[in-house]
Amino acid sequence: MHLILFLAFGAVCVGGAVNLLAQRHPINSALSLIAVMAALAGEYLLLGAEFVAAVQVIVYAGAIMVLFVFVIMLLNAGEEEETKASRVALLLGVPGMLTGGVLMAWVVLRHSGTEAVAIGALPGHPTDIAQLLFHDFLLPFEVTSVLILIAIMGAVVLASKPESQAGRPD
Amino acid sequence: MVPLSYYLLLSGFLFGCGVVGFLIKRNIITIFMSIELMLNGVNLSFVAFAAHWHALAGQVFVFFVMVVAAAEAAVGLAIIIAVYRTRETLNVDQMNLLKL
Repeated sequence: MHLILFLAFGAVCVGGAVNLLAQRHPINSALSLIAVMAALAGEYLLLGAEFVAAVQVIVYAGAIMVLFVFVIMLLNAGEEEETKASRVALLLGVPGMLTGGVLMAWVVLRHSGTEAVAIGALPGHPTDIAQLLFHDFLLPFEVTSVLILIAIMGAVVLASKPESQAGRPD
Repeated sequence: MVPLSYYLLLSGFLFGCGVVGFLIKRNIITIFMSIELMLNGVNLSFVAFAAHWHALAGQVFVFFVMVVAAAEAAVGLAIIIAVYRTRETLNVDQMNLLKL
């Protein structure tokens, strides 16, 4: 049952990721990325990480992707323009990528063992996570708040109009 | 019961798709979304390893990755807006000068 659910969510993930590459319009790519993130939340549930799954949906699929879609609409982004790709990069890159991928899959399947992940064995209960986050990882947590503050100020400064144009009516 | 290696393969595939998108896409917003895809692939392997080794710290690290991703999205999209305002394009091939 778990394997079937894993394969179903994994298929959505793989399909969404490939669709993100195949689509030419950014809004289609954004929607397939939302599908990938929602399916990943399902995978987290299978791994017993309920709180991570909830935060994945709220923060990633909710907040961050809304920001993306908002900017796509704000900038009126259209179809991607075709540009000439390098023939050498195509000829060398695709076989190289396939070789690397197959090699990596072989190593992972062979050497990481096939010990099963016991589903639900790890209680990802918010209480345990909070204990860890606000006790063992308190300093990184506080540093993160400074990072967010800097990010907010940076976003406001970067996205605001330059001072030379600010006074002019558009 | 799903083997750990399946999760790692899915995680690696998502990361690889992100890398390919970062390289072949020409729209700066799609390139940015490819970076988010890479971060999601890494998060999956964090959670899979946390479940495998019964270490809850792996899940806590996912939150830090999410926070950094959110900060990065806010600043990056602000940079994209600023770039679009000066160059009137989102195509990275036409952004070949640091200074106008």
